[in-house]
Amino acid sequence: MSNSQIETYEARIAALEHRLRAFEGRLAPPVSRTPVTEYAERYGLLVAWGLLILLLGWYRPDQMFAWNSYATMFGSTAMIVVLTLGLIIPLTTGDFDLSVASTMGLSSMLIAYWNVRMGWGIEQAILMALVVGAVIGAINALFILWFGIHSLIVTLGTGYFLNGVILWVSNSGPISGVSMDLVRAVILTRFLGIPLSFWYAVTLTAVIWYVFQHTALGRRLLFVGRGREVARLSGVNVVQVRAGALIASGTIAALAGVIYTGMRGAADPSSALAFLLPAFAAAFLGSTTLYPGRFNAPGAFVAVFFLSTGIMGLNFLGVPSFVQNLFYGGGLVVAVSISQLIRKRRPMD
Amino acid sequence: MTEAPALHITGLSKRFGEALALDDVALSVRRGEVHGLLGSNGSGKSTLIKVLAGFHSPEPGAEIRLYGRSVPLPIPGASVRALGLAFVHQHLGLIPSLSVTENLRLGDLATRHAWRIDWRTEHTRAAEVFARYGLALDPRAEVARLSPVQQALLAIVRAVEDLRGASAEPGVLVLDEPTPFLPRAGVDQLFSLVRACVEEGASVVFVSHDVDEVREITDRATILRDGRLIDTVVTAETSHDAFVERIVGRSLAAYGGAGKRLEGADQPLVEVEALSGPGLPGPVSLHLRPGEILGLTGLIGAGYDAVPALLYGARRATAGRLRLAGRGLPAAAMEPPEALARGIVYLPADRLGAAGVGSLPVGENVGLPVLTRLKRAFGLLDRDISAHAARLGAELGVKPNAPAMPLAALSGGNAQKALLAKWLQLEPRLMLLDEPTQGVDVGARQDIWDALDRAAQGGTAILIGSTDYEQLAQLCHRVLVFARGRVVTELTGAALSKDSIAEACFRSTTLPAAA
Repeated sequence: MSNSQIETYEARIAALEHRLRAFEGRLAPPVSRTPVTEYAERYGLLVAWGLLILLLGWYRPDQMFAWNSYATMFGSTAMIVVLTLGLIIPLTTGDFDLSVASTMGLSSMLIAYWNVRMGWGIEQAILMALVVGAVIGAINALFILWFGIHSLIVTLGTGYFLNGVILWVSNSGPISGVSMDLVRAVILTRFLGIPLSFWYAVTLTAVIWYVFQHTALGRRLLFVGRGREVARLSGVNVVQVRAGALIASGTIAALAGVIYTGMRGAADPSSALAFLLPAFAAAFLGSTTLYPGRFNAPGAFVAVFFLSTGIMGLNFLGVPSFVQNLFYGGGLVVAVSISQLIRKRRPMD
Repeated sequence: MTEAPALHITGLSKRFGEALALDDVALSVRRGEVHGLLGSNGSGKSTLIKVLAGFHSPEPGAEIRLYGRSVPLPIPGASVRALGLAFVHQHLGLIPSLSVTENLRLGDLATRHAWRIDWRTEHTRAAEVFARYGLALDPRAEVARLSPVQQALLAIVRAVEDLRGASAEPGVLVLDEPTPFLPRAGVDQLFSLVRACVEEGASVVFVSHDVDEVREITDRATILRDGRLIDTVVTAETSHDAFVERIVGRSLAAYGGAGKRLEGADQPLVEVEALSGPGLPGPVSLHLRPGEILGLTGLIGAGYDAVPALLYGARRATAGRLRLAGRGLPAAAMEPPEALARGIVYLPADRLGAAGVGSLPVGENVGLPVLTRLKRAFGLLDRDISAHAARLGAELGVKPNAPAMPLAALSGGNAQKALLAKWLQLEPRLMLLDEPTQGVDVGARQDIWDALDRAAQGGTAILIGSTDYEQLAQLCHRVLVFARGRVVTELTGAALSKDSIAEACFRSTTLPAAA
């Protein structure tokens, strides 16, 4: 073959390659999942919530279809929403915080103690409680990041430690008579018929949704949780981000304590601890919806009210109160199983 | 010799798609022999080992005999030991938190049902085993506390002992690159253990890059190149040069320089002085000019692969200075954010472990370094991140160019293009790459080379650590060959070709380190 022939062939090969590339570029990405499953995944929990209301309403229509039931439930569940929102921040960066419920209990108890026993102003008591929450987060961060201990162990320990502090501060008894200003600001004042506590929860949900979804910080949190080494090599200060997440969860848990105190005008040494499991159940159930596969604020919000609606309905049916535990405990396992199914379809690290 | 050889392989071929990784290879290992297996990357020696271990099934027509008995093919991986084969890989397969005795008896302890284990007897028995091989290992010590040499010795003794227990014959022990990370004294210890094993009757297949070590320990050696059997030689009768010639495969005269010429700028952009750190004994000094593509290579353990990570601060250097465009700082003070601020980027080889997150969308992986740039008044929008990634993806030819897909769903080559886009968008002054085309298909490989060429033409200095000699010859202006943590050879211009790089790597062990 002469040189000119080879050149002709090479030119033709180049032209064919060019066309091939053009075709490849136009190829649609492989559709691995139909839009229907995508939708079902995204809005499944909302649909389930509606079905749950209809199902329970079938038996107790007068209570289940009464707006007042929901207004009350929305108001009284708000602190679980706040607690869950605090929890999903370290969960996103890959750390568990088992001390959130204890932090909430301690914050509640300290507000009552400082306000009632020490005669501090309520604003000052609240502010100090929030500072204590941040300090607890910082202590968790110190042990997790400086000493390199697994977050489950550290926060299990600090949580238990805080329970002891609560009993010590309160002398193992409840403290009542907290300033009515707080009670008014949390539960007595209503907007659109729903106590203000609910609107605080809505606001915080919006804030955390915005941070997670629309700021660079939110994406960095996600990368830190999914791939620490990737984040580090991309210039993210991983230690700072994880510490910040733990401090944020401590502070927000303390805020949940403020709302909890305001709801009852009193504090007791033990009831707050029962909210740890509901918060975890809601965080994981919430991660299966709206932004499936990610811990997300609106998902957590919906999940809390889904679980609370179920429990409210079961109460209306006259089911004994231990069913709460069945519902929350079962909810956590089912939620994690569902999120695992989602993960199987989308490879996770 | 009337006895059948310990291991006898004939007609062994293995095809991966189009490529023939092994082409009608034969290998015969005598009883009580140390047999070397030599070849460069892609020569087929690891494929051969994997066929023996039962990971790959060979093409029809192959026959493998152990002590005269034909072995079923593909080799059943679970029962290789009973057939008389044992392997010690570079990753030794020890459990660091358990004791020496527990590791030695691991196979037994894991499978045997015993209600009571008498640890005193076990420790005594372990001590007897070590004494037989002339080793001073404390049976009660935790393996994590042993030196790398002691760990390698333990793994070898365990393999030989398992063979004695599992098969009637003394067995064939395959040592797969056991030495590159050991100090010279450790290599001596390892070799005396190998000789002790041979005295017990075992045969040893010694797989290595290192010509000197093969010449020292083996009786005979087989050389593979491009999947074909080149020669089986008697070691004592073969010179170092004769080995290198067979591995590399042509005489020096055939070199045609593939090295690209670098135009313009003589002033160095990057100067590295006396760098050393974990994985790089050093000291190593090098420099890059703007627009230069510099390749670093060497045999396993030579230390070239540590350079990109040390310069970026991904791993902390112990000594050295880095000067970029006239501004210098100690290499030990380098941190990734500092490197990024100076216009240095780093693409690690571990694609889904260190370079990108497989479970997150391509768009977010690409956008991570420029999130603040993509923000508009309301904040970040998924739509903007996707549009940005799609634009970059189209430039680099990522297929499918769908930023919403998780990174792990892309093929290796396309994931690599996306991750390259992540860093190229910053228009870096210095780009550090570690095996940029490992596990990448041929088409994507060319796309990646083109993208790097374009970046270099734009003035970016590019540093590539790789063992892919062809890639280095095609892509680089200059290649530095490392041995024992130092630069020993510099190849450029007409002297730069795939074969000259290979030759320099395999010769490197005998050359004195350049200052």
